[in-house]
Amino acid sequence: MASIDTHQPALPEPGNEKVPLWQRYTHGHHWRNADDEFDAAKIGIWLFLATEVLLFSGMFCAYAIFRMMYPESIAAGSSYLDWRWGGLNTVVLLISSFTIAMAIRNVQLNQQFWARINLLITWLCAAAFLVIKLVFEYIPKWSEGKRPGSLFDYPFAQHAHENVWWSIYYVSTGIHATHVIGGMVLIAWLIYRQGKGAYGPTHYTMMEGVGLYWHIVDLVWIFLFPLLYLVH
Amino acid sequence: MTTVDRNLDQLGDHGHHDEGSYLNPKYGPIATVWDWMTTVDHKKIGVMYLFAVLFMFFLGGVAALALRIELLEPTRIDETGNLTGAALAFFAEGETVSQAAAGQAYNRVMTMHGAIMVFMFIIPAIPASLGNFFLPLMLGAKDVAFPRLNLASWYVYVFGSLFGVFSILMGGVDTGWTFYTPYSTTTTGQPQVIAMVLAAFILGFSSIFTGLNFIVTTHKLRAPGMGWFDMPLFIWAVYSTSIIQVLATPVIGVTLLLLIFERVLQIGIFDPGLGGDPVLFQHFFWFYSHPVVYVMILPAMGIISDVLAIHCRKRIFGYRAIAFSSLAIAAISFLVWGHHMFTSQGELAAMVFSFLTFFVAIPTAVKVFNWIASLYKGSITFTTPMLYVFAFLFLFSIGGLTGLPLGTLSTDLHLHDSYFVVAHFHYVMFGGTVIAFLAGLHHWWPKMFGRMYSEKGGALGCALVFIGFNMTFFTQFFLGTQGMPRRYASYVDEFTLLHQISTYGSLILALGFVVHLVVFLHSLFLGEKAPQNPWGGLTLEWETETPPIEHNFHHEPVLTHGPYDFDEVVPPGWDPKDYPLPEQTPGGHKH
Repeated sequence: MASIDTHQPALPEPGNEKVPLWQRYTHGHHWRNADDEFDAAKIGIWLFLATEVLLFSGMFCAYAIFRMMYPESIAAGSSYLDWRWGGLNTVVLLISSFTIAMAIRNVQLNQQFWARINLLITWLCAAAFLVIKLVFEYIPKWSEGKRPGSLFDYPFAQHAHENVWWSIYYVSTGIHATHVIGGMVLIAWLIYRQGKGAYGPTHYTMMEGVGLYWHIVDLVWIFLFPLLYLVH
Repeated sequence: MTTVDRNLDQLGDHGHHDEGSYLNPKYGPIATVWDWMTTVDHKKIGVMYLFAVLFMFFLGGVAALALRIELLEPTRIDETGNLTGAALAFFAEGETVSQAAAGQAYNRVMTMHGAIMVFMFIIPAIPASLGNFFLPLMLGAKDVAFPRLNLASWYVYVFGSLFGVFSILMGGVDTGWTFYTPYSTTTTGQPQVIAMVLAAFILGFSSIFTGLNFIVTTHKLRAPGMGWFDMPLFIWAVYSTSIIQVLATPVIGVTLLLLIFERVLQIGIFDPGLGGDPVLFQHFFWFYSHPVVYVMILPAMGIISDVLAIHCRKRIFGYRAIAFSSLAIAAISFLVWGHHMFTSQGELAAMVFSFLTFFVAIPTAVKVFNWIASLYKGSITFTTPMLYVFAFLFLFSIGGLTGLPLGTLSTDLHLHDSYFVVAHFHYVMFGGTVIAFLAGLHHWWPKMFGRMYSEKGGALGCALVFIGFNMTFFTQFFLGTQGMPRRYASYVDEFTLLHQISTYGSLILALGFVVHLVVFLHSLFLGEKAPQNPWGGLTLEWETETPPIEHNFHHEPVLTHGPYDFDEVVPPGWDPKDYPLPEQTPGGHKH
């Protein structure tokens, strides 16, 4: 934000369709200037991210407790997961985090074409994550009877409390997947608005906010992946 | 303090000259309703919140009266198998009703009282109504940082409350407001329990939205010249409250989500039958629900700081100590949840939590001592808000001090789960929060609605509330120490007298609220027009018109004095009727 002047000069002609939307943007009437508005939006997003971290902290805490209570069951449950699918999804999410960061950089430099490409890649990565999760992990495991709690019906279970492991697994990855779906909706909105020319060097608050959100979704997965797939 | 040209605000804007009061309807009746329903004006949202929480207070209050009436006499089964007891028919009609069914009905009404009062009244009561209205005004801002999020918060609140009401209409929940597992996952009434838990889950979002909005507003929208230590103490309190709301509420979110999964799918995380851990639920629940106790009391403390200073026209004693004690309470509040579960954890943990519980008493006491020191040599006026401040100091001190025997492990073994606990937290929640809410409501009523209320009526209501409250709950300290357990529909004959005093007290308390209602209605329709600054306050909300114009100030106000600089600004012998104060900042004046 530092190098970019968001104090806009007098607009050529308000309502002139040739002037892109982002240049015609005026800040909310209760703000002194666009800088304050942008900073406030960013503080708001960071606070929201704090709530997200605390939401997931409940699941991490439950994971730690049950790992202490039933170490064998959790280790056995972990060994049912294939680290390659988890690893692939980690790579997919990391790429999408990179592309959304690039998209923000692109609109800051008014490279609208590349911004669009990067946003589309981000959205496709999010979709790929869900497809991999669903097709190669959730569906095969569920149909084998590896289900949470009382639904657990896996005949070859070796430990008494593997059902609890699956509860932790499905709930934590399920809440994460819900966040991925939420992110896809937001990114789709960005693609639509970006097509209208809503974002540019002096106004990209929404892109910045969704970008930060998308990074936290990525970051949560970065913690879930080793805890669920790698630690035995 | 600054060299800003007072005729212009920071951007050289000439401000809002010809605006009327935010209450003036601009359109026809239907369009006006639509205007209110879609408004992003923090004042209108604050007023809508005020009416919503007062309605919930009414519902929860009716449930409380029903409980007290049931407890007027002990329930007994006579030789023929019939039930006797005061107004038992109130709960379960018909002669063939069993004691179990009557007890079930009692539990449901008690849960309704607890859940409504906690989630739908007392958590949003002060921040979302008075906070919403006055936080931007006190900061000199035109609105909160995110006005649309603010409106969303109100709708989410209403939406969540509908689930709660739906649950009650379906027959109610008997789990208690704490939803302890495994009872809450096994008790009958599948849809009601899920609806009530979902209500609490959804209400959490509205709480987060409000808190997040207030934090950002306080950081980014203070008037020029207003540093952090120039803010009124109410803002410090609401700011600290908001931090708790934002950081604690997500934890109850995931907890209630797990509880719903547990109930619907039996995922077994909290169910010992499936290998889960029910005590984990208690930890999760109190990790939110203890800090949230301070969400209830901190804004009340903020109101007391401001109302007390203004109504005794004296600089508050120890401004920074009060401000920092709010933050200290918010920080320590996250470390004391274990004192709700002394008996379900190890001894070492219990000792640590006991120590931390005493620790939180320190910043609380700092506030009380500073308030009392502020009264010294002040020009105390016995207006209704000030009467409520005195009631607060008295009742809250009792509530705080009776918390100490509950935080002490040895005495808590005797007192836990007894009426002593009930009396203690009602002295804090009602004697603290509700009393301060009433102080704030009377203090700011003229600014909000442009009308004065009847001081005599207000004082009468205050007296009735004070007497009724003490009759209702002081007796419960005795009941608790004598062994009356909480949450029971009946009791041994020895407790009858104390229970009856308590019940008659609750009726006086209810009468006090009826008096307040009449006074407020009278004020709205027939009240004398309120002057701009009826109490001689120096905070910014008194420098705009009464009621405030739609954009709050004609010009962006510039702070020229602190919120409590009565010594410098108010001349000796000044009377609020001599309005305006000699030195005014320019925010309120038309040019």
